[in-house]
Amino acid sequence: MSSIGTGYDLSAHQFSPDGRVFQVEYAQKAVENSGTAIGIRGKDGVVFAVEKLVQSKLYERGSNKRIFTIDKHIGMAVAGLLADSRHLVEITRDEAANYRSQFGSSVPLKHLADRVSMYIHAHTLYSGIRPFGTSIMLGSYEEGVPQLYTIDPSGVSLGYYGCATGKAKQNAKTEIEKLKMKDMPVKDLVKEVAKIIYIVHDEVKDKAFELELGWVGEVTEGKFERVPADVHAAAEKYAKESLEESDDSDDEDL
Amino acid sequence: MDTVLNQPLWQNGPILGSFYEFPGQSASVVTPLKQTMFPMVTGTSVLGLKFNDGVILAADKLGSYGSLARYRNCSRVMKVNDSVVLAAGGDYADFQFLKNIIEQNVLDEECKDEGFIYNPKALFSWVTRVLYNRRSRFNPLWNTVVVGGLQDGKPFLGYVDKIGTAYQAPTVASGFGSYIAQYELAIVTKDGARIEGPLSAKTDWSLAHLIGGYE
Repeated sequence: MSSIGTGYDLSAHQFSPDGRVFQVEYAQKAVENSGTAIGIRGKDGVVFAVEKLVQSKLYERGSNKRIFTIDKHIGMAVAGLLADSRHLVEITRDEAANYRSQFGSSVPLKHLADRVSMYIHAHTLYSGIRPFGTSIMLGSYEEGVPQLYTIDPSGVSLGYYGCATGKAKQNAKTEIEKLKMKDMPVKDLVKEVAKIIYIVHDEVKDKAFELELGWVGEVTEGKFERVPADVHAAAEKYAKESLEESDDSDDEDL
Repeated sequence: MDTVLNQPLWQNGPILGSFYEFPGQSASVVTPLKQTMFPMVTGTSVLGLKFNDGVILAADKLGSYGSLARYRNCSRVMKVNDSVVLAAGGDYADFQFLKNIIEQNVLDEECKDEGFIYNPKALFSWVTRVLYNRRSRFNPLWNTVVVGGLQDGKPFLGYVDKIGTAYQAPTVASGFGSYIAQYELAIVTKDGARIEGPLSAKTDWSLAHLIGGYE
């Protein structure tokens, strides 16, 4: 960032001479400091996995969650500043509830993602407020159609087959690209996402982490849920085992 | 001293010149605040009964418009979750309003992900508070609501009316006129909650010609 200190990075309401909005870019940096979050849209649903970094051993297990339920059929996974994320979760829930009371049916995910991205984008326009330091992923399953959207701090919302944000998003994306997710059922994908989280986790820099898993699809009858304990354990086991296997084969190569 | 001097010359009276009515400008008329004084489309009785393993609620599906049997398929029982059901008599629109709020509340609790699920006592308490609050504002929800369900494995049955009077009892009945149209039943047992019906009861009108004097 060569242009730091040239005076155009203190607020979001002015462009720099080379056409950038630095506060938004810094917000994206904030996202990159957080644990990796992955979302994959499969044949019959959407799966989320989050590498939730645990800063202190004194925290209760399962605190500071990063996967949220928004509506019956919609889930959200977040990366970035947690307090910012929680605010966005609240906004998104309100938006979904509002749609329900106005139109008497559940909100289409595209519509919801558009509304939330407008809200996020509005925070990149003014000097008095700062952009959100979070990137969010929204997933739903309705009428047999899985959908996945990602919104970053700039307020851009895009639909994906597979997406990753946070620390190791580049590695995670290359791993996701290896999957044929369009033909895969959610039951298989949940193992794969768990595996990817374990692959991209950096044991040297970040020691402790909790794996969070959430899904929506045919398996849950269209309801967004946390992955049940037994499936979670099986996925985690699969992830660890396949990681050990690849370690062994690496050793053999040497 | 300043505040005394800064007071306007003319206070609390009509605005200067406001007594004139120029053509094209209508004077605003203040009308008294109005509230619901009577229900429109109504449902009649709700019956509730506790038994060994659960609770059963019954309500017909008639929506009356005054004395006219106007709508024949108004469902007045709702499943809240696997251990709570609710049925209501009185104004049908008010019931739908309450139903929407309850459904959103259930969703909100699911989203919070704290493991709380509405039990019959909690929902009953909540409905009681809402109805009592509305009547205290002289704007009641025109309903009698019966909440039933299983609380810690034991059957629960509660009644609230539009003025917030609430009680729990082994059996509950509200209103009059449970002879018409079809019924729906809401049953809660340890196997979950379900809504049954529509069912119809055989009616016997052979007595009708003997009754007179009400025309």
